[in-house]
Amino acid sequence: MLVRSGRRRAPAVAVHLVLALLALAFAAPLLWLFTASLDASAGARASVPRLTGAHFTAVLSWRSGGRPLWNGLLLCGGATALTVVSATLCAYPLSRYQLRFRRPLLYTLLLATGLPLTAIMVPVYGLFVRLDLIDSRVGTTVFLSATALPFAIWMTKNYLDGVPLELEEAAWTDGATPTRALRSVVLPLMAPGVAVVSTFVFVSLWGNFFVPFVLLLDPAKQPAAVGVLSYFGQRGMAAYGQLAAYSLVYTTPVVLLYLLVSRALGAGFSFAGAMRA
Amino acid sequence: MAGRRRRGPLAWLLPMGPALLLLLVFVAGPILWCLHTAFTNAAMSGAAARAPEYVGLDNFHRVLTDPELGQAVWLTVVFTVGSAVLGQNCLGMLLAVLLHRRHRVVRNVVGGTVVAAWVLPEIVAAFALQAFLTADGTLNAVLAALGLGGQDWLYSAPVLAVVLGNVWRGTAFSMLVYQAALAEVPTELVEAAQVDGAGPLRRFWHVVLPLLRRTVVTNLMLVTLQTVGVFTLVYVMTAGGPGTASQTLPLLMYERAFGFGEIGYGTTVAFVLLVVAGTFAAVYARGLREEV
Repeated sequence: MLVRSGRRRAPAVAVHLVLALLALAFAAPLLWLFTASLDASAGARASVPRLTGAHFTAVLSWRSGGRPLWNGLLLCGGATALTVVSATLCAYPLSRYQLRFRRPLLYTLLLATGLPLTAIMVPVYGLFVRLDLIDSRVGTTVFLSATALPFAIWMTKNYLDGVPLELEEAAWTDGATPTRALRSVVLPLMAPGVAVVSTFVFVSLWGNFFVPFVLLLDPAKQPAAVGVLSYFGQRGMAAYGQLAAYSLVYTTPVVLLYLLVSRALGAGFSFAGAMRA
Repeated sequence: MAGRRRRGPLAWLLPMGPALLLLLVFVAGPILWCLHTAFTNAAMSGAAARAPEYVGLDNFHRVLTDPELGQAVWLTVVFTVGSAVLGQNCLGMLLAVLLHRRHRVVRNVVGGTVVAAWVLPEIVAAFALQAFLTADGTLNAVLAALGLGGQDWLYSAPVLAVVLGNVWRGTAFSMLVYQAALAEVPTELVEAAQVDGAGPLRRFWHVVLPLLRRTVVTNLMLVTLQTVGVFTLVYVMTAGGPGTASQTLPLLMYERAFGFGEIGYGTTVAFVLLVVAGTFAAVYARGLREEV
């Protein structure tokens, strides 16, 4: 970029100034999470903390902190497993067979990916009341799994399209049954893709507040996404220190998974599957 | 592709069965039920809960005459256009363009900060925003330090607060989409325009943006559909208040269906929400088709 010197230095300074301001604006609301979680006199405003670990010890008791995390792990882990297995099974014929309904089904799935989930929660609540599934962890797990399916099938199919059919055919020629070829040729090649899909599904379910908020009323069964609300309390009466501490504890797994996947795949990874329409 | 061996329907039905069943029962079913229930007076308790009656277009009559619902539709459109179409989309594009080919450190620091707000679970982002904007929050502390008066932003400007909150939380998505798209723009085209004497703004407007058209429309579709149904952020920040000043459709739906126990009416609101989302989607789908 030879042209950049001289005449273009002033704009570059301006650009960096704008970027710095934007970064500050984006960082400012986050700052409070860190200061308040460690501040003995934590309030709504970010300030230099009078250091204490009391908030973290308080929120890590089993009833108020551990149990919701465990519940979240059960719900989201179970739903992720169910989603990934059924999505992989469903993606295989979609990727490999000539099916008459393939295109319409794919477009329907794409449409369902964009469906605002909020809009179906009232009828789903009605359905759960009828089936006596309110407060059922299994019911909620299965529903969460269904909500993640359109996206998971779509992404898995794109990964599967990237596994050459020739490899499978070679395995068949060598006498492997289709199932065997699937297990020992296709699945190993798809493993990175499956890992990415699993991470995505888990992260999105872990952050889902509305679904368990509506379907699970018993605090003993609610996941961390809902449990964290108890620290918020009535408006303006929040236990800010504990709220911030528990928010951080609840956020940590998501950030770690995100870093793991983005490290493995590079920054644009989220759109490798999703944006290839 | 396949076709080499004859396959019965079992070959696809067996593997696809579980996924299709889940989708039918828990996604397609509720949508159809939504359409059906929107015409009944189903409630959580009382006679209407045991035997919901078909009330024809009564619920829709209520929809058209209910000022709260009219207001909720308006607020949902304002929230969506303000935070997704204008806010996230434009700011995301601006960030992507400004960060394009910058030094790695600049990209990582600025990009990382923006993405951090997006990686947080929605409810945590909402807590952070509430604490930031409330009367004794960080924003007012900063304003006071600058010698400016503060106010309780969540009461005095609730719609602006949730719009800005959603811009803060969601911009990263658009930024990542546009960063990925900008990386694919052929450098020769941009350089050719530069040689011809086009300034940065003209290069962006006449060379880069037309190439990104499809990406822009697709991104608009995705962020719009995500934003129309936003519940948690608004619920935590303002709970739809003060009064009903920031009560978007998801908030109204929640209050009616679960607060007042009017499942039928709540479903009607959900139906209106689907109509709003569908309208946006149809506009974008047209934009995508026109180009081909």
